Amino acid sequence: MAALTDLTMAAALDALSKGEFSARELTEAHIAAVEAARPLNAFITETPDRALAMAEASDTRRRNGEASPMEGLPIAIKDLFCTEGVLTTAGSHILDGFTPPYESTVTTNLWRAGAVMLGKVNMDEFAMGSSNMTSYYGKVENPWRRKGNNRPLVPGGSSGGSATAVAARVALGATGTDTGGSIRQPAAFCGIVGLKPTYGRCSRWGIVAFASSLDQAGPMTRTVRDAAIMLGAMAGHDPKDSTSVNRPVPDYKAALTGDIRGLKVGIPTEYRVDGMPAEIERLWAQGIEWLKAAGAEPVEISLPHTKYALPTYYIIAPAEASSNLARYDGVRFGLREPGDSLDAMYEATRAAGFGTEVKRRVLIGTYVLSAGYYDAYYLKAQRLRSLIARDFTQAFEDVDVILTPSTPNTAFAAGEKMDDPVAMYLNDVFTVPVNLAGLPGISVPAGLSEDGLPLGLQLIGRAFDEETVLKVGEVLETAANFTARPGHQSA
Amino acid sequence: MTETNGSIIEGRTGPWEIVLGLEVHAQVVSNAKLFSGAATEFGAEPNTQVSLVDAAMPGMLPVINDVCVEQAVKTGLGLKAQINKRSVFDRKNYFYADLPAGYQISQYLQPIVGEGTIILDLPDGRTREVGITRLHLEQDAGKSLHDQHPTKTYVDLNRCGVALMEIVSEPDMRSAEEAAAYLRKLRSILRYLGTCDGNMEQGSLRCDVNVSVRRPGEPYGTRCEIKNVNSIRFVSQAIEYEARRQVELLEEGGTVVQETRLFDSGRGVTRSMRSKEHAHDYRYFPDPDLLPLEFDDAYIERIRATMPELPDAKKARFIADYGLSAYDAGVLVAEQETAAYYEALVEGEGGKTRDPKMAANWVIGELFGALNRAGRTIQDSPVSSAELGGLLDLIADDTISGRIAKDVFADMVETGKPAGEIVEAKGLRQVTDSGAIDSMIDEVLSRNADKVAEYKAGKDKLFGFFVGQVMKATGGKANPKLLNERLREKLQ
Repeated sequence: MAALTDLTMAAALDALSKGEFSARELTEAHIAAVEAARPLNAFITETPDRALAMAEASDTRRRNGEASPMEGLPIAIKDLFCTEGVLTTAGSHILDGFTPPYESTVTTNLWRAGAVMLGKVNMDEFAMGSSNMTSYYGKVENPWRRKGNNRPLVPGGSSGGSATAVAARVALGATGTDTGGSIRQPAAFCGIVGLKPTYGRCSRWGIVAFASSLDQAGPMTRTVRDAAIMLGAMAGHDPKDSTSVNRPVPDYKAALTGDIRGLKVGIPTEYRVDGMPAEIERLWAQGIEWLKAAGAEPVEISLPHTKYALPTYYIIAPAEASSNLARYDGVRFGLREPGDSLDAMYEATRAAGFGTEVKRRVLIGTYVLSAGYYDAYYLKAQRLRSLIARDFTQAFEDVDVILTPSTPNTAFAAGEKMDDPVAMYLNDVFTVPVNLAGLPGISVPAGLSEDGLPLGLQLIGRAFDEETVLKVGEVLETAANFTARPGHQSA
Repeated sequence: MTETNGSIIEGRTGPWEIVLGLEVHAQVVSNAKLFSGAATEFGAEPNTQVSLVDAAMPGMLPVINDVCVEQAVKTGLGLKAQINKRSVFDRKNYFYADLPAGYQISQYLQPIVGEGTIILDLPDGRTREVGITRLHLEQDAGKSLHDQHPTKTYVDLNRCGVALMEIVSEPDMRSAEEAAAYLRKLRSILRYLGTCDGNMEQGSLRCDVNVSVRRPGEPYGTRCEIKNVNSIRFVSQAIEYEARRQVELLEEGGTVVQETRLFDSGRGVTRSMRSKEHAHDYRYFPDPDLLPLEFDDAYIERIRATMPELPDAKKARFIADYGLSAYDAGVLVAEQETAAYYEALVEGEGGKTRDPKMAANWVIGELFGALNRAGRTIQDSPVSSAELGGLLDLIADDTISGRIAKDVFADMVETGKPAGEIVEAKGLRQVTDSGAIDSMIDEVLSRNADKVAEYKAGKDKLFGFFVGQVMKATGGKANPKLLNERLREKLQ
């Protein structure tokens, strides 16, 4: 049998149910992997004692015949989710010492489903970044290296700690959040599956807010089936989140039939961006062929407002962030730097507590909402957002799912692109429109670049049609047969 | 110096008209806050009614309290206003220690209630219409306490997140008197509806006044906003002061600067309050944590069905059904409890009715006087409507005279005993035996033969003297009507 840390969730559940090992044994193996992987800096807070206690409780439940859908599975939690009694930092200095007296709805759902918490994983500060370089707790390393080159690479971001932990076989899965690509881009960079559900599918209650109209939690796993298992546990209506949608959570696993015959797959012309590496073009074409071979029908479609997505996103997201982050003021929790007046205390606290990227976005957001600029920026961006969403609505009149690359490049080295925020923002070019439209999107590992790094393909579905996204995702996964392993992995 | 005469200020250079608009913040009557489940009771220990949402803890989200929405719609209906079936919550962004989120959730471009009307009842019995511009829902902020520590400010978040209705009037008022009448009428409507308790001392009704002056017939002048004037008396004072200040400024060749001013109730003056660093750009934008507020006509109709009879309708009914004057009717309907007391008094128990005008006079005169002296409200009146009714019945059936009734009423207030018992115990029953009255008249007339002669010579005024003498002899108990009749007969 494979190492315990190398199992998929589905395989681990099967083995647990057959009594091949206990949740405690599975958890112990993962705790050891967490320790071994410390050089990757994936974790901000390790919670081995809690993990063992949860695993034992899980074993007891299983003995009593009360096994839930994720019973005994050790996972990592992005440090954006508030966890009761466990330090929650959002990757920021300003939340120093913040231990929430409450548990986010999504993690509550996961624990109710039997999952075990290994700890809180690193991320870009306040989920702002595509590299995990902006964390106050230091950069995270991608477990992958370029062929013949040992230079550390970024795992992507903002859910970079989550992606590294899952790719390095440190956790069976991890929660991520995705505001403009923060699940799908690191999943692509680290060769794992990352699913951003429809906006409203998972509750945002208890997740530190970045941009409220875009943020959505989702699973990061090593297989599409595992993503289906984990999403089923995370999703559901929450009366505490007014934007959470009250509709039943389907059995996502049941959608994985492998049968996509007659399905129409949209190929958006506008996603052939200038300067995209040929190998990504080739992978995309390969993806089309795989789906065609499985009986689906590729259809060229147009999403004409795609080129406005990035600028629209970089107005709306900072605008909301500038307001959401106003509460980090040194008054009630987290860091406080003294000052001679209230305003001086605010300035000192926020100057010391926020990193450069967060400050940049708060400034942009404040600017675009200012009197005299609101109409030119924020209002115009809202109109464009409607047009971008309409592009998708119209496309989905003709197709069932849309296939695109996940990212326009592979993982880059730590420090690259840092001097040019716009180059960094371009990483999100394929993922951002999906958030603006509130649709589900998945990144599935589909191949390796010439220098040996993972490449992902993205599938975009209709609102609340995660089932089709997962079904087609699994077909891609099977066809791609992505068996490559990162250099760093436990055991 | 300038003279104020109602709506016109006579300045040195001619008359000026005062133009007033009011912004009222009315705290919604609800058990929980606008977006959280925390309690709203007044006067609790600091920071004991604060939820995680109110404290703006990371990841917390607002959820609209449906009760507050209903109350706002109900108030809108009471103001005969447009109810907007779709409205939007916006964030008003600014930093302050008692505003934990760094933004207040309010409604900016799309309020829940649009234009309406309020009818003022002026002291001289006239009425006047004032337009309502809008009503919107918003959160209250917490309270900064600067006097608890020499160098620190304490923050109490109990009030933070409590639902307010901001009710904005058109600039339709022209005098302090009208502004006061507006506030009284608005408060009356809110109390009738049960949507705000209208308590200005506890801050559940707060008022900002927009004041400008202009030459009659000219366009509006530049206005100043006077913040948080917390009683109707202060509103009048603030307006008088501010209008004069503006007139004097303009007459000296100056210009009014649009600004926010604070009323200093100790000195009776307004002063500029906004310093440069607090010149806010609130950066309003729709709150992405909340969906637009949407409801249908059926929802509005359900709320309409729960509306009580409001002061204007009640006043019209009192005038029509009870033959009251507009003034009396206005006084009686100002407070729902007074109107209810009055109606119970008139309608009586077991189907008997009482003279509505006499009942109105007793409530407005004797009862209000007694309540005022005792510092009590009509809800805890020492004399119930049934008890007062008992007294009126004794007048109606000639058991006692109206004058004696006033003494009996004073006794009732003091002892809490019923009218009949007091009358019996003190022997106050009227003398209605004509024989007894005749003999007393005879005695008085024989003792005052000289005055009788004068009367007969034409000094009519002496009739009152004879009445007084007989009354004195009977301890005031002679039935006045009978006494008059008999006396007139005997003097012929």
